[in-house]
Amino acid sequence: MSKPEVVKSNSQIVQKEMIRRNYDKITSGRVKVSSTFVPGNLNELLMCFDIANNLPEINAIQNAMSKKSGEMITEAERSGHSEDVCTYVKADIGMMAKGNIAPNGKPFPSPDMLLLSYTGCFTFLKWFELLREQYKCPTVMLHVPYAADGHPTKNMRDYIVKQLREEVIPAMEKISGIKFDIDRLREYLRKSAKAEDDLVWMLEQSKRKPSPIDCYFGGVYYMGPIFTAFRGTDEAIDYYKLLRGEIEERIKLGLCAQTPEGEMPEEKYRLVVEGPPNWTSFRDFWQMFYEAGAVVVASSYTKVGGVYDYDNFRHDPDQPLESLAEYCLGVYTNRNLPTRVDMLARNVVEYEADGLLINSIKSCNSFSAGQLVIMREVEKLTGKPGAFIETDLVDPRYFSAANVKNRLESYFQMIDQKRRAGGSAALAA
Amino acid sequence: MSTKNVKEIVEFCQAIFEDINFTKAREWKEAVPGRKVIGYMPVYVPREIIHAAGMLPLGILGGGADMEVIHGDAYYQSYICRIPRSTIELAITGRLDFVDGMMFPSICDVIRNLSGIWQLLFKDKYVRYFDTPQNFDDNVGGIFYGNELRELKEGLSKLGGREIRDADIRRSIAIYNENRLMVNKVYDYRSNAPWKAPSAEVYLLMRAGMVLPPEEHTRLMQEYLAAAETENRSRRDNCRVVLTGAFCEQPPLPLIKSLEMAGCYIVDDDFMLVNRWILGEVSTSGDPIANLASAFLHHSAQTAAKYEVDMKEKGSYLLDIIRKRRADGVIFAAPSFCDPALLDQPMMVSRLEALKIPYITMQYAENSGQMQPIREQAGTFADSIKLWGAP
Repeated sequence: MSKPEVVKSNSQIVQKEMIRRNYDKITSGRVKVSSTFVPGNLNELLMCFDIANNLPEINAIQNAMSKKSGEMITEAERSGHSEDVCTYVKADIGMMAKGNIAPNGKPFPSPDMLLLSYTGCFTFLKWFELLREQYKCPTVMLHVPYAADGHPTKNMRDYIVKQLREEVIPAMEKISGIKFDIDRLREYLRKSAKAEDDLVWMLEQSKRKPSPIDCYFGGVYYMGPIFTAFRGTDEAIDYYKLLRGEIEERIKLGLCAQTPEGEMPEEKYRLVVEGPPNWTSFRDFWQMFYEAGAVVVASSYTKVGGVYDYDNFRHDPDQPLESLAEYCLGVYTNRNLPTRVDMLARNVVEYEADGLLINSIKSCNSFSAGQLVIMREVEKLTGKPGAFIETDLVDPRYFSAANVKNRLESYFQMIDQKRRAGGSAALAA
Repeated sequence: MSTKNVKEIVEFCQAIFEDINFTKAREWKEAVPGRKVIGYMPVYVPREIIHAAGMLPLGILGGGADMEVIHGDAYYQSYICRIPRSTIELAITGRLDFVDGMMFPSICDVIRNLSGIWQLLFKDKYVRYFDTPQNFDDNVGGIFYGNELRELKEGLSKLGGREIRDADIRRSIAIYNENRLMVNKVYDYRSNAPWKAPSAEVYLLMRAGMVLPPEEHTRLMQEYLAAAETENRSRRDNCRVVLTGAFCEQPPLPLIKSLEMAGCYIVDDDFMLVNRWILGEVSTSGDPIANLASAFLHHSAQTAAKYEVDMKEKGSYLLDIIRKRRADGVIFAAPSFCDPALLDQPMMVSRLEALKIPYITMQYAENSGQMQPIREQAGTFADSIKLWGAP
């Protein structure tokens, strides 16, 4: 039996339209295109040079959600890429081998530059070295040091700013033929900050009971514009205004989170989730939560592009390059494990969650390495039980619905048991 | 100079290799009150600064093939390589209790996040994630790296309770220059006469350098070279291979032996690259921090953990080694789930294919036990080179 039609809010429709427009722009052949990564991306800077922003992770996600990524990954493995490595990379390489068709059905142009923003993920470095082999286009490295002691240092900031000044901006000027105008950047950053204010307001609404939004499955839609090609634009400001209006309405009506299956009738469980979602079975995965009455009130994945709600970061037009550096440094996976633990534990407490669920991704060591320790530390700090499930980003071979469902059911039972006991329950799911 | 024979030297090294309680390092620490030991993981840290602080740099390369990992598996999912779980096992079981600090180089996300686990689990220890620049301009990456080195110096100075003077670092640079020179002599010797210096012996000799003070390690290598020269060992009709990809998690010793038994003389490798990371002498005059930074930026090995700015240069380090060592082929031996090695491999392979250089690929874990498939694969590779001039 086919699934009932997906229920979508107006903001979701607008968001989808924005992403489609960006693909039309990228594939139009009328603009210069840079491939770059989501975490800490430099969208405002690219806009200063009229360069369109193509994000390979988003392409892989789109291909996974339309069930194409499996074949692409197999194709990459056939050409010598190991089964053990990141499936985003393999989906990207497989997509190229299969004609490099964008989600709008038009062929991707070869990028004019690869902006290797090396932020929070080692694989990025290898990914663009691999793409460079194919495209043979200018590749610009922006090395973002790891905030290993929990906070960026002056040396790290200065290093990034210097790379921006001496390497990244001159390369963009050369590729685009447009001279850098710092006031143009300031204006974009001003707009970024405005949208970011509404974004943070949105994230914090899930402190309410019931939460009017889901901050993991729903969150990926809400974060779309800010983490992709729209930060710094009026469109993003308008989008977050629209979203805010929708959420205010939901609050007024006392509605629970919206899901593709419709309004969640009752909020039974409130969870914080760590790790990216699985994209190949995204709707099935979400449905498991819907059926159990589980809403995700906070997630680390809504911080993957940049963190706004932990230490109050906003892009700052008065410190344009420094602010970009700060944004890159603050990316969730660029923060050390004690900071990630603190962030998640605070989320569990402040959002009055029943516990922390970790979706551990096979091919993402940046997120996954250390998650078992993270879970135990958060349990210790909050007294709330944690649970652990394993899936993958875009490789359908690593999503076992029955296994995930079983684990989730056990976890919800554990939460019930803990509630009944009014004290501690066994902690491991 | 002593007159130890090869057997004695190799037994001495083997004992150090097998000792996962690091007795030699413990003895070094206990010999003088106040001494400190700093552990470091692959692939590169500037040991000169640790040494200049009067501390012992101790290479931690996982628990090896024989250590039973009981606790470590509770820290890592099955799809993460073995070195972090066996390293955690070493720590949880008290085998690293004497280690005062740990350094985690910027090699991959797993080792990076291991630094965070250390911060969470061993709060009383000095923990340093050591970031090296991916920008190789003196005025950009060089300044960043110089400051990172200064920060490391200050951190160790605080830990050790004494100032680290420039003169101390210069002296340590000289000691490591000498050590590196000797390491390279051993590698050259093996390449020239691989039957006289079997790779398993060279490997154990280098592993000893992860535990012993550099001065002692240098003497040991001198002794080995002298002793190896007196040995009467027969030359086998093996092919000559470069082994690459094993720069972090180490293969089990039987794997190295199996390759040679199967007909492949290893004439170069990237095991324990820290020994040979810097390609030339580091200057001992002037600002020692600037000298170390400059050596890293301009005279260091190319590996998967380092960005290659110029695509045309990608793989040139491997190709140069193949030429220099007159290798017949390459064995890509990467640990399972090793992002740097496995993501880099297709690019390296394409360079070899363009030049019709034979290669094979294999994966291992530090506790891999089945050597028969390895022997068969390597044997077939050796035969294909020797008999039919592969490919």
